[in-house]
Amino acid sequence: MDASQNSAPAAPTAETPAIRVENLTMSYGDFVIMRDLDFTVQRGDIFIIMGGSGCGKSTLLRVLVGLKEPAAGRVVYREGSLWDAEPEKRDQILRRTGILYQSGALFSSMTLAENISLPLSQYTRLSRKDIRELASLKLALVGLAGFEDFYPSEISGGMCKRAGLARAMALDPDILFFDEPSAGLDPVSAHLLDELILELRESLGATFVVVTHELASIFAIGNNSVFLNVDTRTMTASGDPKELLAHSTDPNLRHFLTRGQE
Amino acid sequence: MTYQKTQTAPADAPRREILTENGILTLRLTGVWRKDRPFPDIQPVLAALAATPPPKALRFDTAGVAGWDSLFLTQCRAILALAGERRVDVDLSGLPDGTASLLELAQKVPERQGAARKTSHAPFLERMGDLGLGLYQATGNLLEFVGEMTLACLALARGKAVFQRSGLVALMYQASIEALPIVSLISLLVGLILAFVGAIQLSQFGAQIYVSTIVGIAMVRVMGAIMTGIIMAGRTGAAYAAELGTMQVNEEIDALRTFGFSPTQFLVLPRMIALVVMMPLLCIYADLMGILGGFIVGVLMLNINPVQYLTHTWQSVPLANFWIGLVHSTVFGVLVAMAGCYRGMRCGRSALAVGQATTSAVVTSILAIIIATAIITVACNIIGV
Repeated sequence: MDASQNSAPAAPTAETPAIRVENLTMSYGDFVIMRDLDFTVQRGDIFIIMGGSGCGKSTLLRVLVGLKEPAAGRVVYREGSLWDAEPEKRDQILRRTGILYQSGALFSSMTLAENISLPLSQYTRLSRKDIRELASLKLALVGLAGFEDFYPSEISGGMCKRAGLARAMALDPDILFFDEPSAGLDPVSAHLLDELILELRESLGATFVVVTHELASIFAIGNNSVFLNVDTRTMTASGDPKELLAHSTDPNLRHFLTRGQE
Repeated sequence: MTYQKTQTAPADAPRREILTENGILTLRLTGVWRKDRPFPDIQPVLAALAATPPPKALRFDTAGVAGWDSLFLTQCRAILALAGERRVDVDLSGLPDGTASLLELAQKVPERQGAARKTSHAPFLERMGDLGLGLYQATGNLLEFVGEMTLACLALARGKAVFQRSGLVALMYQASIEALPIVSLISLLVGLILAFVGAIQLSQFGAQIYVSTIVGIAMVRVMGAIMTGIIMAGRTGAAYAAELGTMQVNEEIDALRTFGFSPTQFLVLPRMIALVVMMPLLCIYADLMGILGGFIVGVLMLNINPVQYLTHTWQSVPLANFWIGLVHSTVFGVLVAMAGCYRGMRCGRSALAVGQATTSAVVTSILAIIIATAIITVACNIIGV
């Protein structure tokens, strides 16, 4: 893994990284999707997981957030290794994370406010009123003030995504995961979502892990990344995507970053 | 408007002439080559290409082609494929504008090796083996689900189960009040039918009054429970499977999991509670409606005194039957909830999978209801109630 060592993280710090992925191999049955993934997400990074369709980006995300067990290797958070931990400990680690799913994945039987309140009422001892106010605040942060009592089916796809982001932020997580945030959004909405991510990073100081193949987003927000190569089924590069575009010699990666121009 | 089928082809029908000159094959095409017109047979062209020795070159003359669509391209593709195989020089310049570039586009990315599905039929033993392995896996899956369910029930007993109380109330409402109209109608009719069938036989002996016994025992002991069970399997069990399946497709179940909620506790447990609590109540209601059905036939058709009918029902139906009916319906409640939720939770991530989950939820619950009835009936027989 020469590439991963060449590219130093943007802000080198002495503290432990947010996520450390070691020799991770993922498979469905006998079919190996990705092998020997090895990278580090530093605190405060906007870390991009990029690669062509079907290369295992979303599967990697599922492994990182505890939904799919890896075939081999470790995912180490600040609190400990995710997959070696007992289920209770794993839940505790994951409570420091929030996830925005590709479709938003809002609970369709609940209003937006109830969606956001659900984790709050489970894991905090706040009063109903406080929870309601927190839910309103999170909705206002993503530009959905006043939509508290709407059901997911009553709002547009882009709004669902933003509401999903509000729910992901409900417990003020340290790490936020995004699965294809700009998929299905018009360019302006996608751009606004990027802006929102940057703003939230500034103000919350959280770490972001973003799965995407949207080049505009990759260059706009990413300061570190990993490229999954669908042909070799390994990661072929990692580092700042802008640096990679400037200096990488990997033909597959260049092909990807230049929209197939090179 | 009149429709006429003309025997003669229209003037712009696609036509093809095959010309051979100094070993050079020229296809002269005229007319409109579109899907709505019958194309001339492609065989002569293929035969000309397959001839030995093969033609030196292939040319197209399409000056007379007035229109074309993708069906024309498939013909060209077939011809080009054979020409390539026979190493015939092909000159595409004669083809209409756009065709050549489309054909090149289709050839640009070579067919992925092994991507095309083989439709071969697996040998008998292999299929049996697959079936056996599938059954083995399904049993494992089912046991896992039952285990999860048991753990969730234990958590409930210790007061540690996590689910929404408000959601439970809504589920209970759906599984009871909303089901009342259909349960009323069907139980009433079943009571009516039982009474009719009994009345025809019994009136031959002048024993019409025993219609009340037949209807009473049949409804209270087993029919009330079975009818509600089957109604709830079709109504609520199917709804559970579809609901949970769609949540699976929509990543909602993943979202729950990553928030640290157990989907079994949060989604399956309240549904189970709702059905297990509501099914016996619905069953009692169905019993009453069935007796009412019998009452209507007895009083209106057989001219039995209303008071006499009711007292006779009350006296001739042992109370034990009532409890047996309640046991039936509680068991059915568990089975229908389990089948619906199990199929929903194990649903794949597509619209097709949701449909399959719903279908198999209903089939599984009805099957389970009938098997359970058989088992309970035999068991009751053995212990003599």
